[in-house]
Amino acid sequence: MDLSFTPEEEAFRAEVRSFLAEKLPADIAEKVKTGKELTKADHERWQAALEERHWYATTWPKEAGGPGWTPVERHIFDEEAAMAHAPRIVSFGVHMLGPVLLKFGTEAQKAHYLPKILSQEHWWCQGYSEPGAGSDLASLKTRAVKDGDTYVINGQKTWTTLGQHADHIFCLVRTDPAAKPQAGISFLLVDMATPGIEVRPIKLIEGGHEVNEVFFTDVRVPADNLVGEENRGWTVAKYLLTHERTGIAGVGFSNEALARLKRLARETKRGGKRLIDNPLFAARMAEIEIDLEAMKVTNLRLLYEAQKNGAPGPETSMMKIKGTVIRQALNDLARRALGPAAAPFPSEDIEGNAALVAPEHAGAAAAYFNNRKISIYGGSNEIQRNILAKQVLGL
Amino acid sequence: MDFEIADDRRMLADTLSRWLAEEYPFALRTAAAYEAPFHRPDKWADLAELGALMALAPESRGGFGGTGFDVTTVFEEIGRALCPEPVLPQLMAVRLLMASGVDVVGDELAGALDGTVRYAVALGELGAPYALDDIETRYAAGTVSGRKSVVYGAPGADRILVAARGDDGRLALAEVDGAAAEIAAYGMIDGGPAGEVFLDAAPARLVLADAAGALQDALDWGALALCAEAVGAMDHAFKVLIDYLKSRNQFGRAIGDFQALQHRAVDLSIEIEQARSITILAASRMGTPAQSRTSSMAKNLIGRAAKMTAEETIQMHGGIAMTWEYPISHYAKRLIMLDAQLGDTDFHLERVMRLAGPGDLAA
Ligand SMILES: Cc1cc2nc3c(=O)[nH]c(=O)nc-3n(C[C@H](O)[C@H](O)[C@H](O)COP(=O)(O)OP(=O)(O)OC[C@H]3O[C@@H](n4cnc5c(N)ncnc54)[C@H](O)[C@@H]3O)c2cc1C
Repeated sequence: MDLSFTPEEEAFRAEVRSFLAEKLPADIAEKVKTGKELTKADHERWQAALEERHWYATTWPKEAGGPGWTPVERHIFDEEAAMAHAPRIVSFGVHMLGPVLLKFGTEAQKAHYLPKILSQEHWWCQGYSEPGAGSDLASLKTRAVKDGDTYVINGQKTWTTLGQHADHIFCLVRTDPAAKPQAGISFLLVDMATPGIEVRPIKLIEGGHEVNEVFFTDVRVPADNLVGEENRGWTVAKYLLTHERTGIAGVGFSNEALARLKRLARETKRGGKRLIDNPLFAARMAEIEIDLEAMKVTNLRLLYEAQKNGAPGPETSMMKIKGTVIRQALNDLARRALGPAAAPFPSEDIEGNAALVAPEHAGAAAAYFNNRKISIYGGSNEIQRNILAKQVLGL
Repeated sequence: MDFEIADDRRMLADTLSRWLAEEYPFALRTAAAYEAPFHRPDKWADLAELGALMALAPESRGGFGGTGFDVTTVFEEIGRALCPEPVLPQLMAVRLLMASGVDVVGDELAGALDGTVRYAVALGELGAPYALDDIETRYAAGTVSGRKSVVYGAPGADRILVAARGDDGRLALAEVDGAAAEIAAYGMIDGGPAGEVFLDAAPARLVLADAAGALQDALDWGALALCAEAVGAMDHAFKVLIDYLKSRNQFGRAIGDFQALQHRAVDLSIEIEQARSITILAASRMGTPAQSRTSSMAKNLIGRAAKMTAEETIQMHGGIAMTWEYPISHYAKRLIMLDAQLGDTDFHLERVMRLAGPGDLAA
């Protein structure tokens, strides 16, 4: 047993740190730190800085333009990036569609789309979920009917994250309604400028706009936009979901949230005493820290297995559950540390001498509410438990 | 023993419930709670007319209620409808005015109960969100100075009752004209009006020179009201959840068919019943020596049950409960944020530990 990182890994961490210090734009990091909504241009600016170093397509093999990182190196990067308040990579194009095209795409599709993912000429969003098909994704109803050399799409997708910025959407559509649910699904690439597509915003619990509904009315897309074989889209979708799993524990986010919480507990005074000296609050914080320390090692153990065996196994579902629960508990404590000062609506700019808290804590309640999503999306924690029960425990 | 709700209280509950459903239907409530002035001041007179304020004081002081159960009746309905009106500070003002003696404030109490005068109660400060002992705002020679933070209902209030330390170090209660205070107004994340109140030698009338007892009493009653508000909101959220579990289909059946969710819904229902029970207990002990400790017990348990209700109700709904358009998201916000009003779960836990239990009090 040896829990230390290799000298090479430590050197890599130092390299990541100095890259972040040099290349992460301060104004963007400040927005992330204070929970402000990022613009499309903000995301693009940061991702371009990464791509310049070939550190953007981290899930792609080296030949295809990736950095060739090991799972441990990827983990180190994620940890450092979160601590430095780098924006999350918008993963739909680079981490989801990219690997899918590399595995299932035609040469023409690869040649056309991959460079545009790297250059960010295309912004992709994910059209899987529908109003009636969430956890039970295979029950999706959006129909695509072959008509000569085009598919005609009718139906509705929902929960489309950052669809308001996107110019392309990859969709799961039903091409054979007679077949068993999983057997009649295809994976289609759609240019959102195509006539018949309408994007409508969904406002979330804390008031932010990050998800959308996407409506399709007689939308014609070239049949060449099919990825993989017709009616075999489920295989493609499942492959993509394994990529959605990497970094699922969100260790970096929890580290950052814990550090921020400790700052808050040190800065917050009640009756002249620091909140961090309140035994009840300190105990709650210590408990989460203990959970997080253990989770980090569980995560490293899984990374180690993945490094040995190639792909991450169904055990990663553990990390989805534990990782989200810990992050949510940290958000909860931050809100509690603020007390009534967490109450103002986040869009109310209460500034100058009327400000209640330091800017980095002003969004604490909003973050708590918004992060209720992390145990719902990407396969809800209940669905993760079903996976663990069946595939790991053999029940 | 009798757990029946008295007829007159049931009538008040029905009247309020009907009126709230009419005046604060979901879309209208959301619009009102999130756009300045963050509530419907034009409805205040109607609310008073229905008896929602009169119920807060006994007949001897010009009301028609004044017991713990009268207060829980009103606030349960407020919670069920997510009504953003600042009734809570009005209740606390009524308690404070009653404590200050009939002669001095007979008329003022009447104004508070018939709704012609709207009150805010300014207790918490940035460095003293919950504990009276930590208050630093000063009262001296007819003026108050200091900053009061997140004062519910402060914008537009006719009068503000301010807890401030006098020259003798005692906690005093002073009244400031709403117009005499500088207020930075804002809406809250769970809807409704609040503000930062800046008092810079603001002219003030001394209501009580030694207000510690009266303030604690007002806080106890406020905590009870928040507990009842939470019970109303939890009841409603739970009802919506059960309907959804029965009607939402995934994998060819209602999601309520999955035992994983059934057991959690059952656990939640148990905690909501616990919350109702502790609120009933606290209501029954108002005005007794056990008032403070029991209201703190209730506020602690409510904080835990409300958090569980908010989080589990969202989780078991899935994505839909994350949206602004779906009422559950707003119930969840209210249920979470009321923990930060008048002392959170930990504050009240410490208080329960510190205050003597009923056995000790009897001895
Ligand atoms: C903020 C946000 C962003 C999203 N972004 C995207 C996106 O970009 N693209 C996209 O395609 N989708 C996206 N989603 C959709 C997300 O993947 C779904 O919300 C998720 O799959 C759950 O589906 P649902 O919301 O319909 O809930 P449902 O599937 O209706 O589930 C409701 C409840 O039932 C439980 N449940 C369901 N089945 C079972 C079972 N068999 N056993 C036990 N419990 C069960 C669930 O866990 C949940 O608690 C996003 C969602 C959110 C909230």
